[in-house]
Amino acid sequence: MTTAPAPAPAARTAGRAGVYARAFWGLVLRDARVLVREFVGFLLRTVMNPLLFTFVFTYVLPKTGGAFVPGPGDLTFATILLPGLVAVAIFFQGIAAVALPLSIELGSTREIEDRVMAPLPVTLVGVEKVAWSAVQSIVAAAMVFPMVILISAEPVYVHVASWPILIAVVLLASFVAGFLGLLLGTIVKPRQIGLIFSLVVVPITFLGCVYYPWERLESIRWLQIVTLVNPLVYVSEGLRAALTPNVPHMPTPVIFGALIALTTIFGCLSVASFRRRVID
Amino acid sequence: MQNDPQNALDLEGVTKRYAPPPAPNAVDGIDLHVPHGEIFGLLGPNGAGKTTTVGIATTRVRPTAGTVRVAGVDAVADPAGAKRHIGVVTQFNTLDRACSVAENLYFHGRFFGLSGREARVRCAFLLDAFELGERSDAMVPQLSGGLARRVQLACALVHRPEILFLDEPTTGLDPQSRIALWEAVERMRDHEGMTVVLTTHYIEEADRLCGRVAIMDRGRILVCDEPDAIKRDAGSATVVTLRLSEPDPAMAARLAALPGVRSADGDGVLVRVNVADGDGTVPQVVAAAGDRLKDVAVERPSLETAFIALTGRGLRE
Repeated sequence: MTTAPAPAPAARTAGRAGVYARAFWGLVLRDARVLVREFVGFLLRTVMNPLLFTFVFTYVLPKTGGAFVPGPGDLTFATILLPGLVAVAIFFQGIAAVALPLSIELGSTREIEDRVMAPLPVTLVGVEKVAWSAVQSIVAAAMVFPMVILISAEPVYVHVASWPILIAVVLLASFVAGFLGLLLGTIVKPRQIGLIFSLVVVPITFLGCVYYPWERLESIRWLQIVTLVNPLVYVSEGLRAALTPNVPHMPTPVIFGALIALTTIFGCLSVASFRRRVID
Repeated sequence: MQNDPQNALDLEGVTKRYAPPPAPNAVDGIDLHVPHGEIFGLLGPNGAGKTTTVGIATTRVRPTAGTVRVAGVDAVADPAGAKRHIGVVTQFNTLDRACSVAENLYFHGRFFGLSGREARVRCAFLLDAFELGERSDAMVPQLSGGLARRVQLACALVHRPEILFLDEPTTGLDPQSRIALWEAVERMRDHEGMTVVLTTHYIEEADRLCGRVAIMDRGRILVCDEPDAIKRDAGSATVVTLRLSEPDPAMAARLAALPGVRSADGDGVLVRVNVADGDGTVPQVVAAAGDRLKDVAVERPSLETAFIALTGRGLRE
């Protein structure tokens, strides 16, 4: 009953790390193909939020006399808003690119199956989703700059004060957002997906120091303390440190400490939750 | 056959417990040894533990106890290593709905380390072999049930697995699609030489396709042999089911006493008589039932009668 083994494809002869790397790359190629197919959707979900916010707060309101009272010096509202909107763009991708599709793929269709059966540890299947969402986060972040600068009726005082801080904050933020997306995608059922928006996206955005620097919350002390649990706060503040250092912001060690801690916590929780969902 | 390094699949003492006792174990200490190149069937009613067993062998379910070797790889300690050697068709359409038919196959090949060119060549071959060429650009939600299952099968074969697992592959398919799928499995087995492990609750499927069959019930393997041997040895005999026009509690005992009758039981109206193979016994039974006989059904030895003999119940009861 013994027959000759089938001819060995590359996967069976390559070393373990090579097999994992090829499988990981295959998952990236699959996600890239899907993104290309759904590129208009990606563009819309990435552009709409910063576009409307910039339009209303830095164009419509100044023109209609309802403008935000600027701070001293070159603190226009657009200047305060830009890092915040970049932060939101990064975070929103984590939810849109990981949580929403994953919730469906893990739901009744179980279409994650083929990727789970790929020859690499299940943990890496989850990490790939996060890594790919991080790429989208970075693209989304880059798209916010021209929009704010072009649309705003007031001048935007932005220059990269520190490339290392900018790169580190964007990278860490992209992974925090991706891991949060992975966690939400594994615990929220497809039917409850709307809840992600009302219970996560909206509160995180509005209380994420997007439209005001954290320091300005001093006058509402309790809120200033409560918002410290919001990961977006550290992203907004970190981007202010990198892009608009004249706007008050948290000290960078605090920002990085928090972002590294959040990456670790969300990373462990989300991967464990993903494994629980795909392995009985 | 036992623990032969040539075996494609070895399960020993495999147990899966989802809830603490007294809840029964989903899989209860089973041993299975499948040599290379065999088409092996796990037959049993729904809830027998077949899907859990396949889940364990394909690394999707972690066993509570026992050892699992897939193509020689310890699937519990090294699931990623084991996954390199297997292809899986689940009982649900788990194809990637964001991708077309051809893309499902292509990316599956990429996951398993094929280069872009290798994957394209292999996809073209499989699309052709499964007569999917015309639908290669169709998106998954547009596929009918039978077509989707064929795509799943093609997908599972892209990386030339040593073992192909088919979990209830024909459930929900119309008879034509079912036969087409059987033929495809046999054709690909002949062409690629892989081992096939399939679960089913269709007797005909196990009987027609499988070199050997394990009959499972309540998490245990009751018997494991070639279908013909099971029919012959499992005490299964021709089963004569009599329906009486009015209850007769003594009927079963009276029939059991007839020569050539192995056993008889029933509730008075419905009497099930196990008859040893041999001509002439069935007419005797019918004659002995007398005027009260309303209807009679004769079932030749099959895996179904074997299952009844082993468990006292039908596969679909």
